[in-house]
Amino acid sequence: MYRETDIIQTIPGTDEMVINVGPQHPSTHGVLHLVLTINGEIVKKVEPHIGYIHRSIEKMCESLTYRQFIYSTSRMDYLAAHTNNHACAMCVEQGMGIEVPLRAQYIRVLMDELTRIASHCLWWGSIAMDCGAVTPFFLAFREREMINTIMEETCGARLTMNYNVPGGVMADIHPTFQQSVKDFVRHFRSKIDEYDELVTGNIIFQSRLKGVGKLSKEDAISYGCTGPTARASGVSCDVRKHFPYEIYNQIDFKEITHTAGDSYARYLMRLAEMRESMNIIEQLIDNIPEGDYLAKTKAVLKLPKGEFYSRVETPRGELGVYIVSEGGTTPYRIKFRSPGFSNLSALDHMTRGHKIGDLVAIMGTLDLVIPDIDR
Amino acid sequence: MFSLEDITQSVHNWLYETMHPTLALMVEFAIIGVLVIALFAFLGLVLVMMERKVSSWMQLRLGPNRIGPWGWFQTVADTVKLIVKEGMTPNNVDRLLFNLAPILVIIVSMVIMAPIMFAKGFQIWDINIGVLFVSAVSSLSIIGILMAGWASNNKYSLLGAMRSGAQIVSYELSAGLSMLTIVVLTGSLKMSDIIQAQETGWWLFKGHIPAIIAFVIFIIAATAETNRAPFDLAEAESELTAGFHTEYSGMKFALFFLAEYVNIFVVCAIGATLFLGGWMPFHVGNWEQFNHIMDYIPTSIWFFGKTFFLIFVIMWFRWTFPRLRIDQLLNLEWKYLLPISIFNILLVTVIALAGWHF
Repeated sequence: MYRETDIIQTIPGTDEMVINVGPQHPSTHGVLHLVLTINGEIVKKVEPHIGYIHRSIEKMCESLTYRQFIYSTSRMDYLAAHTNNHACAMCVEQGMGIEVPLRAQYIRVLMDELTRIASHCLWWGSIAMDCGAVTPFFLAFREREMINTIMEETCGARLTMNYNVPGGVMADIHPTFQQSVKDFVRHFRSKIDEYDELVTGNIIFQSRLKGVGKLSKEDAISYGCTGPTARASGVSCDVRKHFPYEIYNQIDFKEITHTAGDSYARYLMRLAEMRESMNIIEQLIDNIPEGDYLAKTKAVLKLPKGEFYSRVETPRGELGVYIVSEGGTTPYRIKFRSPGFSNLSALDHMTRGHKIGDLVAIMGTLDLVIPDIDR
Repeated sequence: MFSLEDITQSVHNWLYETMHPTLALMVEFAIIGVLVIALFAFLGLVLVMMERKVSSWMQLRLGPNRIGPWGWFQTVADTVKLIVKEGMTPNNVDRLLFNLAPILVIIVSMVIMAPIMFAKGFQIWDINIGVLFVSAVSSLSIIGILMAGWASNNKYSLLGAMRSGAQIVSYELSAGLSMLTIVVLTGSLKMSDIIQAQETGWWLFKGHIPAIIAFVIFIIAATAETNRAPFDLAEAESELTAGFHTEYSGMKFALFFLAEYVNIFVVCAIGATLFLGGWMPFHVGNWEQFNHIMDYIPTSIWFFGKTFFLIFVIMWFRWTFPRLRIDQLLNLEWKYLLPISIFNILLVTVIALAGWHF
């Protein structure tokens, strides 16, 4: 019996119906709102509605000084707070012409890579959870906890580290830092094989991801995808390789790319990145040079009039910081180019024609962090 | 030796001696009703606790550990919370079907208890078509799930119910065929006959390869029929929030939850009865001493031990495997399990006719 009050209605003239996924939904990992048009199980259209966690960080930064605004960026991509701060600090240093001591550069890169592993660990747990396996989430948190402990020792905070300041890092590394990082890498080398055993080799998991959510190289470029998402489609876009910052040009590491462009390639991509990050850490950890960890800077930072841009490779892709200065103590305008925003824009293209279950898996492999998209 | 059969038999005799037969039958019905509800409450509490402890054990956690020793009263507290919670009915739902669905689901899992033999001589109804009864009644639970999904007036619920419909209808087939394998070997649909036939050895060991294939298929199909991971598409937390019971809360939700766990118990009990000998103790050929010791373990312990082992296996699946996609789920059934089951049943028929089984 049809009643006027029935909510379940199809789009007139079709068998399609509109369904809201989010803003409160277990697999959007935050307050992302997707408006799906579905025909039974098949997704016809995905329309992301963003802005639920918009805190106008860019506008807020305009009233904060160049030392202060860095801290507000920890809350953008909260899983990779250190890389956000890094990009901002680099942009200010570039404007002021501050030379960062070598020791600080080493520490920053080490912390970047630890952040990358921690972020990818969480992603690994959540992609498995999106596919329906809950246990990997807890295994991933075991390793992530070790990194958080290292961060806590050295930076004083576990998640929003605020360790980067213009000119270097806020404090010297903890005396046990090198030892605990080495312990972690030794521990993680065995555990990442366990990850492979538990999830990568699983036939159900592989069939959920293989051939799903294809993104061609051309599409990846035209949607502006960066990071593992684009590299899985064969786009060579690692900022660490192409626009080396700090000491990345002295480190021997590979830029990993896959050509398949499907969800499984994105999955393998991030696992391989974790291994590569461990290689980078192992190269650096014993060679941290002695010296200052913080360059001498003026008490009040004033960027010269002009425009400054710096970028880093965060776990999710390329984060760009664009500062327009009028010569005062606060920026005139700040713009962040966040990787999640561009990666999300490719979701509709990748998901059309797939099932609802695939949508969740594809979204998982994009590794979206919603505060990073909304800022 | 102590046996539950003596107790049930003496109660039965006493009732019929002191009362009019009709009244005695009514009293027996009442006793059975109370016992089944008590078993439900017990299973709900124990299985939920077991699930949480098994999952925490697999996930490097402690699990519930605050209320009572090792958190054993956590499920009691949860149940109290669900009972006192308001049983909300959202606007615009089909009130009759919405409220009827959980009751229907729980009734089905109660009725299905009837032919299960909990111990030697401890059975509600030794119906002569026991296996058929089980497979017929168990397919009714889908009606409750479809009702819940349709009446909720929620798109997630609708999707969950449709998935569940497709899934249970498909997996019913291979579950039925694998149960039929044992029926062919035994030559009877009656539960007590099937158990008696395993006196010399369980069908899993006696029935050659077809019984092992049937057992594996049965476990897969049972997991799918109870909507458990990796086949929990009807609930699919990460996709459909909670699937067909998204709109349910309080005791109505608790009934679905309870029915899920009781269904796990029932399918595992059927599996234990058909393949692992039900209450039959484990006997090895002519090891007289060993067999004698095994006989001293009460039959109810044997039955519950086997059942809980299978329940543990199904829980183990849930906390290990990712979920399948709906098309993969149906492919698995129609392209792999069903052809294998059909071939298997032919194979077992040949074996049974030729008398090659032990």
